[in-house]
Amino acid sequence: MQIYLPIAEMSVNLLLILMMGGAVGFLSGMFGVGGGFLMTPLLIFIGVPPSVAVGTQANQLVAASVSGVLAHWKRGNVDVKMGVVMMAGSTVGTILGVYIFGLLQRLGQIDLVISLSYVLFLGLIAVLMLTESLRAMRQRRRGGPAARRKLHKHNVLHGLPLKMRFPKSRLYISALLPCGIGFIGGLLVAIMGIGGGFFLVPAMIYLLGMPAMAVAGTSLFQIIFTTAIATFLQATQNHTVDVVLALMLLAGGVIGAQWGTRASGVLRGDQARALLAAMVMVVCISLAWDLVATPEERFSISVAQLVGGR
Amino acid sequence: MGRVTTVIGLLLLGGAAVSRGASAQEVVADLSHHLIAITTEFTGTAVTLFGSIEGEGDIAVIVRGPSEPVTVRQKDRVAGVWINSASLTFEQVPSYYSVAANRPLDNVARPSVLTRHGIGLNYLNFPVRGNIPRIASPDGGSLSEEATIDMFREALIRNFQHDDLYVDDLGVVTFLGPNLFRATIEFPTNVPTGQYTVSVYLIRDGDIVTAQTSPLVVSKIGLGANIFDFSRRNAAAYGLLAIAMAVFFGWLASIVFRSPR
Repeated sequence: MQIYLPIAEMSVNLLLILMMGGAVGFLSGMFGVGGGFLMTPLLIFIGVPPSVAVGTQANQLVAASVSGVLAHWKRGNVDVKMGVVMMAGSTVGTILGVYIFGLLQRLGQIDLVISLSYVLFLGLIAVLMLTESLRAMRQRRRGGPAARRKLHKHNVLHGLPLKMRFPKSRLYISALLPCGIGFIGGLLVAIMGIGGGFFLVPAMIYLLGMPAMAVAGTSLFQIIFTTAIATFLQATQNHTVDVVLALMLLAGGVIGAQWGTRASGVLRGDQARALLAAMVMVVCISLAWDLVATPEERFSISVAQLVGGR
Repeated sequence: MGRVTTVIGLLLLGGAAVSRGASAQEVVADLSHHLIAITTEFTGTAVTLFGSIEGEGDIAVIVRGPSEPVTVRQKDRVAGVWINSASLTFEQVPSYYSVAANRPLDNVARPSVLTRHGIGLNYLNFPVRGNIPRIASPDGGSLSEEATIDMFREALIRNFQHDDLYVDDLGVVTFLGPNLFRATIEFPTNVPTGQYTVSVYLIRDGDIVTAQTSPLVVSKIGLGANIFDFSRRNAAAYGLLAIAMAVFFGWLASIVFRSPR
């Protein structure tokens, strides 16, 4: 069944969109990531204009995060104080990101920057996660009583000023750290159309040293507000939020996310991380390939006026 | 539609009365409908054009969508990565263009005639805006301005063809008798909205004898149109509603799928 999207100005297959939303939602519930890093390239692949994919994705992620966070909330896995401090940074990041997006669009380099940042971020995260989870698995296989880990490592980042107590995460760290992580998260939402979970989750584990239990819930909690701000800015400044598409995506997405959240109890932490890392790696390599492979069509077109017209 | 037919009828009478033998009404044509309504279920459509000519001749039908400036960008390999480098902007580029004729255009008229009227994808021309980029040619020098413009124009047409917005389907005009002809114009799902023109050219002995142009409107209708209008007129309210909708459905889902524990 075909449905016409009023903002994207094209028709899509309802079933296909529902299935895409469901599959990506499942993964997002399972790993506590937004799933945007899979959905945005998928939408572009089926012909949705990149700007509409990014704007609509922000809207869809609001729903996915709300539904995801409630499940974590009930288990008491959300550090609200940490989330609010991160939000301060992410608000600034989102506003700056939407501005940069417009600037790059005018220069005709937005596609390149999106692809490059995907490759860079995904590659880095995947390698970090893969080595970490492999080490954890090897340790487990060796059988010995797994060396009791310290709560977290202390490094130069812990010397920063403006120290704050985060009782829920049992941390005493500089507020600048979560603020800075939130700032980068906000940039990612605006420029790449992703929730930023794939960046936030490892950053919160490795940089902040938060307990893994609280990470998924807290990052989702924070992403709700970041994506809401991004949705509003994209809708008012770029007119790139398609509610019909968002509705279809979130219908599939919220159902998938519920199943994913339950499935997350089945997998061990290191297994889940290895799986996510492998998936991130695949997306990264395919995007990197598109950047270096000789394109079939060396020319591309775009309407010269930015807003209005089509 | 009835009114349009009447108007054409009156024009016919007027033309015949005022100047006998003038070429103004040697071709008469009209569309099956003058409005393409893009509803929620829209998956593309076809419009039929009927017409008749006086005497012999060939027919070319050109449909042009609303025009806009379009920037064409060329990718170049820089440090192993393909990035957009040179670009050229054309003005008055139709957002949709289709050409139909009863036989290959090259057999019907000289290139100069076709170019003058913009009949056929190979004979389209757009004014250039801004600077013409310097493109290296294989022999070490740089391409002439004309060659550069040609290259970018052909790339533009190729891109539009790839999106099914430029269509070059010869033989879609069929003669049902010596004078009566019919043409079918296909519009894809991604057809841009706006004011279109459908021009019918009568070509005889390699020259355009006469041309007739009918308007055609492509417009969003119903829920989709309301959503689009609302998103443009009240962007802030639209954005807030989109967020509220997402929060509601996210909350609803977690209630519906509440685990039994």
